[in-house]
Parts: sequence; C-alpha cells; structure tokens
Amino acid sequence: MVQSLDRSQGREGGGREGGGRAGGVAAGATSTHGTFTGNRALQIEEPLIFEMGQPGRCGVDLPEPPKVKDRLNGLRRARTIGLPGLSEPQVVQHYTRLSQKNYAIDMGVYPLGSCTMKHNPRINEKVARFAGIGDLHPLQPVSTVQGALELIDQLAHWLKTLTGMPAVAMSPAAGAHGEMCGMMAIAAALEAKGERAKRKVVLAPESAHGTNPATAAALGFTVKPIPANDRGRVDLAALKAALGPDVAAIMLTNPNTCGLFESEIVEISKAVHDVGAYFYCDGANFNAIVGRVRPGDLGVDCMHINLHKTFSTPHGGGGPGAGPVVLSAALAPYAPYPWIVKDGDTWRVAEDGGALKSLGVDGAPLGRLKAFHGQMGMFTRALAYIMSHGADGLKQVAEDAVLSANYVMAALKDVMSPAFEGPCMHEALFDDSFLKDTGVSTLDFAKAMIDEGYHPMTMYFPLVVHGAMLIEPTESQAKEDLDQFIGALRSLTERAKTGTAAEEFKAAPRFSPRRRLDETLAARKPILRWRPSNNPPEGDPMKQAAE
Amino acid sequence: MRYLPLTDADRREMLSVIGAKSVDDLFKDVPASARLGAKVAGLPDHQGELEVERAFQAFAAKNVSPGTAPFFIGAGAYRHHVPSTVDYMIQRGEFLTSYTPYQPEITQGTLQYLFEFQTQVTLLTGMEVANASMYDGSTGTAEAVLMANRITRRHKALISGGLHPQYRSIIETTAKWEGFKAVLSKADAEGLEDLIASVDKDTSCVVVQNPSFFGHVRDFTKLAEACHAAGALLIVVVTEVVSLGLLKPPGDMGADIVVCEGQSIGNGLGFGGPYVGLFATRDKYMRQMPGRLVGETVDADGKRGFVLTLSTREQHIRREKATSNICTNAGLCALAFTVHLTLLGEAGFTRLSELNHAKASQLADKVSAIAGVKLLNDSFFNEFTVKLPKPAAPVVEALAAKGILGGLPVSRLIPNDPSVENLLLLAATETATDMGMDPLVAALKEVL
Amino acid sequence: MAVTKYSQEHEWIRVEGEVGTIGITQYAQEQLGDVVFVEVPAVGRKVAKGEACAVVESVKAASDIYAPASGEVVEGNAALADTPGDVNAEPTGKGWFFKLKLADKAELDGLMDEAAYEAFVKSLG
Repeated sequence: MVQSLDRSQGREGGGREGGGRAGGVAAGATSTHGTFTGNRALQIEEPLIFEMGQPGRCGVDLPEPPKVKDRLNGLRRARTIGLPGLSEPQVVQHYTRLSQKNYAIDMGVYPLGSCTMKHNPRINEKVARFAGIGDLHPLQPVSTVQGALELIDQLAHWLKTLTGMPAVAMSPAAGAHGEMCGMMAIAAALEAKGERAKRKVVLAPESAHGTNPATAAALGFTVKPIPANDRGRVDLAALKAALGPDVAAIMLTNPNTCGLFESEIVEISKAVHDVGAYFYCDGANFNAIVGRVRPGDLGVDCMHINLHKTFSTPHGGGGPGAGPVVLSAALAPYAPYPWIVKDGDTWRVAEDGGALKSLGVDGAPLGRLKAFHGQMGMFTRALAYIMSHGADGLKQVAEDAVLSANYVMAALKDVMSPAFEGPCMHEALFDDSFLKDTGVSTLDFAKAMIDEGYHPMTMYFPLVVHGAMLIEPTESQAKEDLDQFIGALRSLTERAKTGTAAEEFKAAPRFSPRRRLDETLAARKPILRWRPSNNPPEGDPMKQAAE
Repeated sequence: MRYLPLTDADRREMLSVIGAKSVDDLFKDVPASARLGAKVAGLPDHQGELEVERAFQAFAAKNVSPGTAPFFIGAGAYRHHVPSTVDYMIQRGEFLTSYTPYQPEITQGTLQYLFEFQTQVTLLTGMEVANASMYDGSTGTAEAVLMANRITRRHKALISGGLHPQYRSIIETTAKWEGFKAVLSKADAEGLEDLIASVDKDTSCVVVQNPSFFGHVRDFTKLAEACHAAGALLIVVVTEVVSLGLLKPPGDMGADIVVCEGQSIGNGLGFGGPYVGLFATRDKYMRQMPGRLVGETVDADGKRGFVLTLSTREQHIRREKATSNICTNAGLCALAFTVHLTLLGEAGFTRLSELNHAKASQLADKVSAIAGVKLLNDSFFNEFTVKLPKPAAPVVEALAAKGILGGLPVSRLIPNDPSVENLLLLAATETATDMGMDPLVAALKEVL
Repeated sequence: MAVTKYSQEHEWIRVEGEVGTIGITQYAQEQLGDVVFVEVPAVGRKVAKGEACAVVESVKAASDIYAPASGEVVEGNAALADTPGDVNAEPTGKGWFFKLKLADKAELDGLMDEAAYEAFVKSLG
C-alpha cells in the first residue's frame, strides 16, 4: 500500500504516515525551521519511494509482451510484489534530492584516515563505459574478448611491477576478500608442505584493522597480538619471542594503521621467514609508498591492493571495491581461478580444475573465490588512472600524499596532540589528550567539523590510541584547501580549549540535513525496511505528543 | 600533472613548515635496501586523456560487443536494457564519490537509498529482512552457507546439482579452507533432482537455485519442510533476479535465506563485475546476517533518519568473532539496482518479466524445431538447455566465427563430464529480437 | 546468606545455596555504553569456568561474557530481549544475565570479593 504525498502538508507529515518514526510538522503549521514545508532552500525533506508511488505510474516504456503459453511449472506469482510506481521525472527528482544530502570527495577535503579519499577522475568513468568493454558478457567465447583479457593482464603487469612481485590474483572483489585470498594461499602453501595442522597461529598487531583477525579466525587460525613499542611500531623483540614453529603467518599493515612506516620491516620479514612462516601485508596504505617503494623488496609474501583506495576507483557510497593480491614466488602457484594465460599470441582463461594442465601451466590453485573474472569495471578504471599517472606520476602521488599529511601534522601539532613523535607517512594520527578537561570528546569534535563543511576524519581507529583521530588528506588537495581545513581545526580546538564550549560541541552538528541520530534506538528496535503498518515504537516523540 | 594540485612552490613552503629539507627526509624510515631513488623502472610515464582513451579504444576493438551481434548468453549474467536515467544518477558526484555512511548526518542520501533497497529486496524475495548488499550472488551464497553453519552449529551443507557451477566451486573452496563439509550433487540437467532424502540431522543447509542453472523452475516448499523438520536451513539462490517478477518468490516456499545476483537490474554485463548480491532472511536470523544493515531511527530534532546499525556483528568491532570479514557492500551497484527497479515499479517489472519469458518461449520453439536438437526443459523463465547431436563447445565457436554469440556450452563450466558435453544453455531477454533469433537458427542448422 | 564475588572480566556472581546469579558490573556497563542486545545461554547448557557463554552488545562494542564458575544453566533473563537497557539501569539487579547451578563451589575462592574488586577497578585508572 502506498500513498501519494500532499505537498501542502510537507513531506514530514507524509513520512510519519508511512509507518516511520518521523517527527516534524503538523499540517498547516510553520516548522521549527521557519518554513511551511520543513524544507530549507536547497535542503529538501525527502520521503521514501514507498510513500511517493502510485499504481499506474511507471518510469519505463516496454512493449506489450506477445501472448505465449506459460512454461513456469505452475509457479506464476500469485500475489503482487508491492513495488511503488513512479514516473521518470519523479525518480530523477527523488535521487537528485537524496544526493544533495551526501558529502563527497567532489565537494572538498575528505580526510578519512586509511580510506584514501583521493580524486576520482572522470576519464575512468568514460573508458569503463566504452562499447566493447563495459558491455561484454564474461562467458563469451574467449576468442571474442581478447582485448578484455589483455586489459586485465596490463593492469596485472602494472601491479606486479609497482610492487616488485612475480604474480597477482585479480579476482577478489574487495580488500577484505583479498585478505581472505592471501591467507587462503598461505593455508594452501602450508598444506602442500604438510604443515597446516601444526601452524595454527597468526600474529597481528593490536592496531590492525578488524578484517585482519576476522579473516584469520575464519580460516581456523588463532590470532595472537604483537605489541607495539613506544614509537608506535611493531616491537621486534616481542615479535621474535612470539615466533615459533606453530606460527603460520604475520599480518602487518605497512605503513601501519598509525600512519608510520615499519622501519624494521626487513628484519621482521627475515625473522618470519626464518621460522618458516609467511608475511601477509595489508596494502590499505599503499598510497604512501606507491611508485617509491616495492613491497616485494621488503620481504612480503602477499599483499592485497585496494583499487578503490590507491588507484582511485570510486568509493560509490561504500562499494564496489576490488582487492587484487600480489603474490611471491612461494605463493604464486596457489592463486585462485581464473588464471589468464598467454598461449602464443592468444589469451586463454583457465577457469577450473584441469584447465591449467591442458594449457601447460604449472600451478595448484586454491580454488575459486568469485564467479567470472573479477571486478572488471574497477580494473578498467584503475588502469586508466595508472596510465594517466605513469611511473613518474605515481611516485609524485606518494610524495604529495606524505607531504600533505606531514604538513597537516606540522600545522596542528602545537594545538592538537599527535599520538607519536616524528614524521608520519600519508596520514596523521592524533589522540584526544588535547581535549582533556574540555568536556569535548573526539566524537563531539568530529561532529563540529561537519558544521564547518568537512567530513570528519576517521575516529576511534586505530584502537591502540585513545580517542584516535586519523587524518589522511591525500595528494588531491590544493595547499589553499589544506590551509582552510587546518584553520578550521585550529579554530575548533581553540574553542574547545576555552573549557566552556562543551554544550556547543555536544549540540553539533546543527546545520546538516540531520542532527545526531539515535543509534541506540536503531540497534535496540531494529527497523530495517519500510512497512505499510503504522506502529511507532515506545518513546516516539510524535506518539507522546499525541497522547 | 592534472590530478596533482601541489606546485613546486607549494611543496617548498610545506617542507619548510614541516622543517624537512626534502621529501626524501619524510621517507627516512624506508630501509636503504628498499629505497628506489628513482621512479619504478620498466613502466611508461604519465599520459593525457587523449592517449588513455586511445589505449582503451584499442582494447575495445579486439572484443565483440553483444550490441553488435545476435546474443543469447546467460549462465548467471544477463543482458538487459538499462534505462538512461540510471547511469546519470549513479554518476552524480554525491553518489559516485561519497563513502560508507559512517557519519550519518551528512550521508542521509546513501542511507535512505539503501533502506529503500533493503525494502525492495524483501519484497522481491518474499522475505522479512535484507542487508545493504553483498559483493555479488556468488560470494553471497558462500556467506549464506557460513551463516547457516553458525545458526545450526552444524557443518555439512548439501549443494544442489542445479546451482551455478562457479557458485558450487566457491562453496567448495570456502568449505575446504574454512573447515566444513560441502556435499555436491551431480549436475542436474534434467531438473529431476530430489534432495529431500539426503537431509539429515547433521545437515546445516541445502542450497538450491531457482530457476536452476539449466533453467528449470521448481517448487521447493516440500524441501523447505524437510529441512525444517531436520533442523536445517533452506537457502535459495536466484541468479536471474528478473524472474522474481513472474515467479512465486522463495520466501513463499519457506526459504530461510535467499541470495540473488542483482546484476540484471541496473548493472550491465561489465565482463563479470562489479555486480551486486542481494541477501535476505527471516527476522529471527537478523543478527546472524553478514554485511551492512541500514536501520531507521530519529535525530535530535525528532526527525526520521537512517543509520548503519547492528554493526557490532561486523569485523571492525567483533574482529575474530565477527559474522564475516566483509567490510564493503556493492554501494554504487546497489544504487543502480534500486534506481532501475524504482523506474520499473510493479507494472514495469512485471511486464519486463513477461517479455523475457515470452522471448525465451519463442526462442525455445524455434530452436527445438531444428532436427537433432532436443529441449530438456518443461519449464523455464528466460533460459533453457538444449541437447545437440554433437559437442556444444565447437558449435559455439563456429557460431562465433559467423558473428553470433549463441549461448554457453555447459562444458565450459562443467568440464570433464561427458554427460553434459552436448548441452547448450540459451537465454533470451527483452533485448532479443526476431532479427537475432532467425540468424541463430539458420547458423545452428548449418553448423550441426 | 548471599555471597557476591567478582571476576577480572567484570562479571559478578551472587551465590545463594547451590545457585549463582551472574551479571556484569557497574564499571562494565559504563564502559560498554548503551546496551542494545544480550544473548543468554540456553537452559540446560553446561558451561565450564572461563567459557564464553553469553554476549552483550552495545552500539560501539560487543563483549563475550565468561562463566565465572562451572555449572548448568538453570535460567536466562528473558526480559533482556525486550529491555536490554536494564543492564545499564540496574546492572547488579534486574540486569542479571543468567543463573547457574554450580558444579564446584570451591571455584569461587579464586574470585575477588567486593573490596578487592573495587581496588582492582581503581587500579585500571
């Protein structure tokens, strides 16, 4: 059941009837913001599509289907689905208005540490949509997709050369999926040596991203933490003490999640290899070193690369990503299907068991992790980005990213509190000690940044630093924009330190499309879909007002 | 370089604020043995847009675009027409270049469309709750099996011979390395498989596909009952989501988890990715679902808003004990799906499904009229299997040489199995026309 | 006469006769923030001392609850399914998690008494 919205009542009124918890305007009255509609100029209150649709409306013209005898085994749908009907103009308006509630890279500094929110070039979008690239079926005869296979191979070549690694598994769909691939390859290598049962331990720093231990645990490993030293890096002595014949691998991020390069990484990889274990590197922070340092030279056995971080494929509101994994010679044989193989002048795809042998290629793939070939749309975009930059441009990217982060750190360190001494890499980590006794928390500080026109930095990660604030400006910002950002943070810090501004910070954000949202309520009484019923929960302000 | 705003003057000034002589000072922690000094060798330098476009045009020229040939391939990815609006909406910078909605106050656009998406998925599948999408149908299916294992605390999954072969392969891989047992039934080309007798007290789940990989449409109500009687879960996979416009939804058959490949709606073929996985289940299993969830709440002014919720199941909080290691959803692909489905609405989606079935019906009649060609399906939606009088793989190559993309030889995905060697999988969507079907028929007659 | 003991994981166990009632402490609920979900073990389940047997989730964290002593679960607090906030409001009262029929009361000797627990919490800073 859907209903159209009476504009004179304002959308908030219709929203309420949709069964939600919407508060807001009674019909005909002036809203708390001083407008009749509850809108504020370009900021429009937007109902759900289920509250907008009408039967009889459709945004697509399709021809009348010819009459045919049903061959559906008597399983034709007996009831309606319940989808709302909207015309094309309404659809465009709805999503346009929704888009205007989002902050995005296209709007300015997006300093989310460890996410590398760099500019997403539009040439990427253009080439990804070329006929003969964007519209290919993955299972067309291989003779009809030679250009696609060549494209994937070229990207693979760039990734291998930039990292100094001999092989790459292209199919993982995201960073975490790449981690799974890398760790499975390690498990496969251990199994091939008959050591899987005895090597059950994986070592990971406490500062590691949660995907690292989650991945290891899923594969049956026990995760043990490696402590950090007071320089924020892996404690080499403690690591050596923890290494033994029961260790399968370490999982390290480099630069690490505190934004610091693991200076003893060569010693670390040697110690790991000396006990017969493997070195998984989380490549989320590759932007700091791309084009200047090759992880292969550091002794890494496998590293996933987030194409949506280092190589600019669009974040798209949370995905899609792509997480190809570069592999050392020791792990290369275990790369999952498919393998793209050159056979004379022809590209071939080995898609399953037996295929490699018939192509005369040695290997023991660990299996298959994804249908088809991988995130081709992201390969295309990443390759366009890489070709645009070239080896010289990519080196400049890393340098500018590191320079920008250090500039932000240097310009703020006298008023905010860096977590560690000394220069950082591509991201600057602060803790909340500068806010001590102000009554303002990291969260409050971040919400105040929203009113200043910025997406907040990463908060409360890594967990090893109290009230962490991780700022990654990337190489994409002009110096003037960095200066403005720095200025905003300095002003906020000064205000917080007066000691009398806590209420003000706790009320932030005030100017965004929504103010702070009740996450406790969302988790206690999950409403994960629209329903036509009209049952506001306990504590709903509108229900109380009505009672 | 056009993407790098810093000038040399900027860099000098920034270095002086930092107190470093050169940017190399900032890389001092890099071990000397790993310092390259110069840029990475063996790679070309930067290029302008014109050169980059030319390179991609060269790649494209070596491929045969489905738009230029009669086209009948399905097998888990389907060629549908995507309305122009979809591509324009997803390319709005506020959608394209925004991120995971960790700060809900300034990402209500993303959160609201995901809430709408979750609702649409429950409606299509006949289930109670859905997440904000998975990477794709194939990985979503493996996650569903893991979820069933967690819920039942059992470790044996029964996998139908009607499930897409690559999906089966992924489950096998997951089983091998994550430590559970996957029992794979043999390929079910005839659509006669009956798994009920195989369900026992050690079964965590049964995984079936509807329509099956071979196209058969089946009712799994009895299988669902058998599963529930044994304390197991029924997982139904749908690789052609358009079929849900016409068919009884898996939720109405008693499915516990439904996984769909959403590619058909909003997302082109893209040579296999990125796609979008739809994942739906019953309310009682809500907390065991992997992936992101968007929930409704209110803000400090009492206004309705949306947030990511139940995140404590996820890896960034639970770490080793997470429901999954997943960190991303399919974001923009989910947006494309929801925009397209919203354009279609009830009337459009139903009509689209009718068109697909009608086209496939026409194709089935034409092809099965060819001497020596046998249609294996009594039922299908928009894809069916025919048995040729000789191996199908060389036939498809011969068709390609004639400029026709005439379906998928089953042996490509199920190799080394003589029983499927002569089988050809053919799909026809609303994009198929008589001008495409007749050349296929003529060419098949020639080649067979 | 009820005796209450405390574990280093911030659980309390109040023993009356053969049965111990288990919950989390005031300190623990403060650290967690608003509790949104609690999962208690099923009646009849046998747990070993130190075994993870319940889960408490807040908006920002999820924690396992470990059995402070071995025994058999005789009751779980069903009310927490509807009002998980009871854990925040009265962590030592109506916010209890589950009750165990204790297998070996001697295991309680290894736990802290109230004074020792309070000193322990102070030491955490």
